[in-house]
Amino acid sequence: MLTPESLKRIDREIAKYPPEQKQSAIMAALAIAQEQQGWLSPEGIEAVANYLGMAPMAAYEVASFYNMYDLKPVGKYKLTVCTNLPCMLSGGVDAGEYLKQKLGIDFNETTADGKFTLKQGECMGACGDAPVMLVNNRRMCSSMLPEQIDKLLAEFE
Amino acid sequence: MLDIEIDGKPAQVPAGSTIMDAAELVGAYIPHFCYHKKLSIAANCRMCLVQVEKAPKPMPACATPVTAGMKVFTHSEMAVNAQKGVMEFLLINHPLDCPICDQGGECQLQDLAVGYGSSASRYQEAKRVVFHKDVGPLVSMQEMSRCIHCTRCVRFGQEIAGVMELGMANRNMHSEIQTFVGRSVDSELSGNMIDLCPVGALTSKPFRYSARSWELSRRKSVSPHDSLGANLTIQVKGNRVMRVLPRENEAVNECWISDKERFSYEGLNSSERLQKPMIRVDGALREVDWNVALDYVSHALKDIAKTHGGEAIAALGSAHSTLEELHLLQKLTRGLGSGSVDFRNRRRDFSADGKLAGTPWLGLKLSEIKDLDAALVVGSFLRKDHPLFAQRLRQLAKKSGQVSLISVTGDDPLINLHGQLTVAPDQLANALAGVVKAAAALKNEVCPAGLEALTPCATSQAIAESLCAGEQRAIVLGNVAEQSAQAAQLHALAAELARLTGGRLGFIGDAANSVGGYVAKALPDATALNAYEMFEKPRQGYVLLGVEPELDCHNPQQAIAALKQAALVVMLTPFKHQAALDYADVLLPTAPFTETSGTFVNCEGRVQSFNGVVRPLGEARPGWKVLRVLGNVLGLAGFDYESSEQVRDEIVAPDSEFVGGLSNAIDGVAFSLSAAAGGLQRIAEVPIYFADPLVRRSEALQKTRDAQAPSARLNASTLAQLGIAEGSQVRVRQGQGEALLTARADESVPMGCVRVAAAHATTAALADMFGTINVERA
Amino acid sequence: MAILGALNPMLTVGLDGDKAWHLADYVKRGGYTALNKVLAGEKMTQDDVIGVVKKSVLRGRGGAGFPTGLKWSFMPRAFPGDKYVVCNSDEGEPGTFKDRDILLFNPHAVIEGMIIAGYAMGAARGYNYIHGEVWEVYLRFEEALAEARAAGFLGKNIVGSGFDFELFAHHGFGAYICGEETALLESIEGKKGQPRFKPPFPASYGLYGKPTTINNTETFAAVPLIINGGADAYLEAGKANNGGTKLFSVSGHVNKPGNYEIPLGTPFSTLLEMAGGMRGGRALKACIPGGSSSPVLPGSIMMDCTMDYDSISKAGSMLGSGAVIVMDETTCMVRALERLSFFYYEESCGQCTPCREGTNWLYKIVHRIEQGQGRADDLDLLGSITTNIMGRTICALGDAASMPVQSFVKHFRDEFAYHIEHKKCLVPPDVQRAGSGFFKATV
Ligand SMILES: Cc1cc2nc3c(=O)[nH]c(=O)nc-3n(C[C@H](O)[C@H](O)[C@H](O)COP(=O)(O)O)c2cc1C
Ligand code: SF4
Ligand code: FES
Repeated sequence: MLTPESLKRIDREIAKYPPEQKQSAIMAALAIAQEQQGWLSPEGIEAVANYLGMAPMAAYEVASFYNMYDLKPVGKYKLTVCTNLPCMLSGGVDAGEYLKQKLGIDFNETTADGKFTLKQGECMGACGDAPVMLVNNRRMCSSMLPEQIDKLLAEFE
Repeated sequence: MLDIEIDGKPAQVPAGSTIMDAAELVGAYIPHFCYHKKLSIAANCRMCLVQVEKAPKPMPACATPVTAGMKVFTHSEMAVNAQKGVMEFLLINHPLDCPICDQGGECQLQDLAVGYGSSASRYQEAKRVVFHKDVGPLVSMQEMSRCIHCTRCVRFGQEIAGVMELGMANRNMHSEIQTFVGRSVDSELSGNMIDLCPVGALTSKPFRYSARSWELSRRKSVSPHDSLGANLTIQVKGNRVMRVLPRENEAVNECWISDKERFSYEGLNSSERLQKPMIRVDGALREVDWNVALDYVSHALKDIAKTHGGEAIAALGSAHSTLEELHLLQKLTRGLGSGSVDFRNRRRDFSADGKLAGTPWLGLKLSEIKDLDAALVVGSFLRKDHPLFAQRLRQLAKKSGQVSLISVTGDDPLINLHGQLTVAPDQLANALAGVVKAAAALKNEVCPAGLEALTPCATSQAIAESLCAGEQRAIVLGNVAEQSAQAAQLHALAAELARLTGGRLGFIGDAANSVGGYVAKALPDATALNAYEMFEKPRQGYVLLGVEPELDCHNPQQAIAALKQAALVVMLTPFKHQAALDYADVLLPTAPFTETSGTFVNCEGRVQSFNGVVRPLGEARPGWKVLRVLGNVLGLAGFDYESSEQVRDEIVAPDSEFVGGLSNAIDGVAFSLSAAAGGLQRIAEVPIYFADPLVRRSEALQKTRDAQAPSARLNASTLAQLGIAEGSQVRVRQGQGEALLTARADESVPMGCVRVAAAHATTAALADMFGTINVERA
Repeated sequence: MAILGALNPMLTVGLDGDKAWHLADYVKRGGYTALNKVLAGEKMTQDDVIGVVKKSVLRGRGGAGFPTGLKWSFMPRAFPGDKYVVCNSDEGEPGTFKDRDILLFNPHAVIEGMIIAGYAMGAARGYNYIHGEVWEVYLRFEEALAEARAAGFLGKNIVGSGFDFELFAHHGFGAYICGEETALLESIEGKKGQPRFKPPFPASYGLYGKPTTINNTETFAAVPLIINGGADAYLEAGKANNGGTKLFSVSGHVNKPGNYEIPLGTPFSTLLEMAGGMRGGRALKACIPGGSSSPVLPGSIMMDCTMDYDSISKAGSMLGSGAVIVMDETTCMVRALERLSFFYYEESCGQCTPCREGTNWLYKIVHRIEQGQGRADDLDLLGSITTNIMGRTICALGDAASMPVQSFVKHFRDEFAYHIEHKKCLVPPDVQRAGSGFFKATV
C-alpha cells in the first residue's frame, strides 16, 4: 500500500517525536499517503494506522477532522479559494464565482475530465494577498485577479 | 478532606473530587449526559453546568475540581439558565418523537427534557439528518439522528473494551459516531455501549421494538456463563425474557456484562427447547408424561446397577449447572452405588485429584485485582474466555500493574502486557517452569528439583522480575491450563512460583459454577472414573446433566462412541438437541437458569443464589426438582427437599457470602520437564459463542464475527512445511474422526501447531483438545 | 513581501524579504547574541530570563494578550521529566497573516526565542505547529532548523553551556481550532484537534501530559529583542502595560493590505495611513481590530483608538491577534457577518453542545436573513443564542463565534432590520461587487 519512499518519509516524521509517541506522526503520514495516491483512500488510512500502531478508526477521526485531507478522489488540480471575510472584501468570493464559471462546476465538484476540483477554503493566513488560492494543498497563489486566474489555468492546460 | 458547601448544605469531600463527585456524596443531583463514573471526563455535553461562588461563568460539575471553601449552587438562576440553554441546544437537532423511539421511557434526554425543555421550540430550521449504520447483529445504530455526541460509546471502546471500534468522525455539527468504513463492532463487551448511550441512538438490535420499557418487569438474576458470576437484571414481559441488563455490583461485574451474558437469552426461546419428556421407543424418541419417563429411568438405572454393578453407571454434570443440581446429581449417583460423577468435562489431566488441600478458586477477590502490582495469567484466551476478568486486568495494566500472559496463541488480549510468551500446548509447563526457575534465582533459592536442565528466556526473566517486584502479585491459571494434559504440572509450578514470589495463586475457572462443583462434591471417588475416563472406559448407563457431549467434552469422539454403545443415556437438558437424537434414550426437559432457582459460586467463592424469573416453558422442570423426584422414585434416602434453598443449605452454611474450604495448595506433584511431543499439535479454543448450550442458541450472537465457523489456523511457515496453501481446504484428522476445514495463515499460532476450535459441530468428530493432529490437503 | 511598512521597528529591522532569512543574515543582524548572552556571556539564571520578560510587559501576541513572563513563571521548572515549549504558528484567525511573514523572513528569531524559552522553563524539547495551508512556511522553517542544528544552536550542549534543546516543526492540515492551545496539543499528539477542558492547564498537564508552555510565533520572536535591548527599552518602545511593537495585519478595503510593525499605542489613523488609506478613497464604515473573533467597531469609534490592548478594549473590542479588517461603505454588514458565522460553524470542533449546535443555529439564522428570509424576532433570538453559548463552552471558540454576532447586530442593527423588513440589502449588490476590486469597475 505505502511505497518504500512514503514509508521513508513517514519514518522521518516519526523521528520528531518521543519513541512512544509514534501517533504524533499521523497527520504527516496521512498527508504523505494522500500525496502518494492523489487522495486519501480507506486503505491508505488503514495502512497508516497499522504502521503507527493506532486503531484505524482513530486514524479516520484525524483524516475526517482536518480539511485538507481528501477522503474522496479529487481532480488533478485541487483549487481551494479562500472566501473568508478578509478575502471576500478583496475579491475572494468573486474569484470563486469566476472559477465556477470558467470551469463549469460548483464548489466541491470536479470537472468531467477529472482535471479540476474546486473547493471553498477558510482563512489561509494570507489575507493581505487576497484573493488567494491554494493548489493541491501546497502551492499558494496570491492576488488572483481574473488575469492571474486565467494565467494559472492556462499553465495547467 | 475539604470543607465545601453545596446548595447551602455543608459537606466534607476528599481532595481531588470533582463537584460531581461531591454532589453524589451529599445526594444532590446534577443533570449530566457525557459524565460516567467509569469513563474519563469529557465535559462535552455541558449539561452539568452549575454556579460556583466567585466564578464569573457556570462551571461543568463533572470536570471542575472542588477547592476548600467552595460554594456550589446546582439550582441557582445562573445554573438553571445554563442547564436550560444546553438542553435547548441538545434538542434543536434531536427528533422530538419519543413515542416512537425505542428508548422512550428509559431515555435520560427525555427525562431531563421534561424538566428543562420549554414547550415550544424556538428552532425553526431544518433538522440534522444522520444516516443509520449497520455495525453487526448486536448493536443497532439505526437512529443516529438521536445521537447527542456525548462520546460515551467512544470512550467505552477506548478505555473499557480496549479497542476503538467507534469514533466520532468529522467535525462541527456534522460530527458522527461511526465505525471505520462501516465495519462491524466486534468487541465482546459491545452491548455495554447500549446501556451507556443516554438516548436512543445505540439500541439493542435483538430487543428493538419488541417491547416498551414500561411493560417490562425487572427481576434479579446471575449469569450462568463464565466464572465471574455477573449480576443481571432480567426484563420480562408475559412469561418471556425480553432483555438482559447488567445489575450493578462493584465487587463482581461493576456495571458491565459481556455480550454473551446480554444476548444469550435468545437461546431461552429457541425452537429447540425441549418441552416434554421423551423416551426412545422402537428406535425413536417419543414424547411421554413425566411419570412415565421417570419410572422408565428409575427402572433402567436400577437394572444396570443390579446387573453390572453401580460402577457401570456414570454421571456428568456441567460447570454451568447450579450448585443444587450438582449436589443432587452426585448424591443420586452415589445412591446408585457409583462414585463416577464429575462436572469438569473439558479436562484431560486429573492427576492432581487427591493432592488438593481444598476447593480451587481465584485465590483473591475480584475487587482486589485493581490493587495488584503484577499479575501472570497462564493458559487463557483471556478476552474470549473471561471478558470481564480481562477487562479488570486491562484497567490494572493501564494504571500501574504489570500484566503478563503465557499462553498457546498470541491473540491480542487488548491489555498493555508487560510480557507475553506464546508456546505450543506441550511446552506450556516448560514455559511456566522457566519463570519459576528465574524467580528462584532472583530470590537466591536453589533451582527447584526437576528444572535444572532449563534456561529461562529473556521474557521469562522479565516476567519473573515483575512478579518479584511490588507488593501484591497473583498468578492465575486459565481455562487452557486446566484443560491441558499438563494441568497438574502447571498447578504445581504456579504454586511454586506463588511461593517464591509471595504471590497469590488462583484459577479463573471456566464456568459459572466451576467452584460450586467442588463445593457440591460432584467429583469422582478416588477409585472411580473422572469426566475423561467415564468415556474412555465405556459404561452401561450415563446420566448427563446440562451437557451436550460432542461439544462440551475434552474428547467428543470418545464421548460419542461411549454413549452410542451404552444401554442407557439419560439427558437432563433444556434443549432437544439434534445430535442427541442419535444416542440419547431419555430426554428430560430441565429449566434453564431463568426458570429455576439455584446458586452459582463464582471464581472468588461468592455464593450467589437466584430465583427463576419466568415459569418453566412447557413441561420443563427445574433440574433440582427432577433429580429430587428421581431420587424419590428410585427410593433413595435423603431426597425429600421442599425447596432449592433446602438443598443449598445442606452444602453451604445458610447466609454465607463466601463458601469455606477454598484452597489452591497442592502437594505431591514432582516437577518434570516435558519433551516436545513431535508431530503437529492441536490448539482448541472454546469459541466464546459456542461455549455452552444456551449461548449456542442465541441467533444474534451466532451472526457475529466470533461465531464464524472454525477454520484450521497455522502460521505461515507451518503451512509452508505442510505444503498447504492459505485458503485451501484441508482434512484434519484425530483418531477415527476428521473434519474438513479451510486453512488460514495466522501468525498468532505457534510453530508446529494447528488451531482448530472445539465446541463446534464441524469439529465434533475430533478427539483431544490439545492432542496430536493430522492435517493434509483435502 | 507583505511586510509593507514599519514605525520604529524592532522585529522587522534589517529584513529584506526572501533574501535575508538565512542564519548568516540573521547573525549579521545580531541574531543569536541573546542566546549567547543568556547561556554563555552573562550566564543568566532561569529566574533572570523570566524576570526580564516579565519586566518588559510582553503580552502574548496570539490573541489573549496574557503577560508572557507571568505565563512562563507558571511552569513547574523543578518538575523532573519531560517538559515542552510549543510555538503556535497555526495562524488561522481570519485577517491574521503576520506569523507567516515572521517565519518566512525571520525564522531564526522564533528559533532563538524558543531556545531561550526552553532554557528558562527547563524544557528540552519544542515544537512549532505551523498552519496547514502555508506549506512554504513549513519548508522554510525546516530549513532554518537544519541551519540552527548545523550551527550548534540546537542539539546537545548549546554554545557550550551544557543546555540541550531540540526543536521540530509540526505541520497542521486545515483546522482553525488547532490555534486554540490545547487543541493544538491534541493535534500534535496525533488526535483530532479538540480542545481540552481546563483546568488542568498546559503548565501542569500539557503535551503528552507533561508541563508545557505555548506561545505565539510573534511572542517568541520578541524574546531575543528583549534580552538584547533590555526590558525597559522594550517596554518603552510601546506604552505602559503594553510593551513593545507589534505586527498588525491589515486587510480589506485599504490600498495596501499587508503587515505593518508599529509601537503599541500608535493611533489607528496612522496605521490606516501606512496601509495606503481607504481603497478608492471611500469612507471607513467598520473595522474589526483584532481578528474575526473580536467585536466589530464602527469606523468613527475606531478612528479614536490607539492600537494597543487597553485602548481597543476600552472601545469595546479586543486587540486579539492584531488583524485589522477594514470595511468601507460598500460592505453589507449582514453578508459580512454571514460569512464569519459560516466560518465558526464550519470550524467548530463539534465536541461541546453549545458550540456545535449554537454556531450552526447562528449561521442558519444569519444566512436566512441574508437570503431575505429573516423574521421579526430573529435579532432577539440571535442575542439569546449567543448568551446561551458564551461562557458555557470548553474553549473560547464559542465566545469567538458569538462576539461578532452580538457586535454586528449591536452596531448595525438598522442594517439587519432593513434586511429583514425589505428582504434585501441596504447596500446594492453592484456596489458590493465593486467594493472588492476584483472586477475592474469603480464606484
Ligand atoms: C479558537 C481559537 C483560535 C486561536 N487561534 C490562535 C492562533 O491561530 N494563533 C495563536 O497564536 N493563538 C491562537 N489562539 C490563542 C491560543 O489559544 C493561545 O492563547 C496563544 O497561542 C498563547 O500564546 P500567547 O500567549 O503568546 O499569545 C486561539 C484561541 C482560540 C480560542
Ligand atoms: S467551543 Fe467549539 S471548538 Fe471549542 S471545544 Fe467546544 S465545540 Fe470545540
Ligand atoms: S456531564 Fe459535565 S459536561 Fe457532560
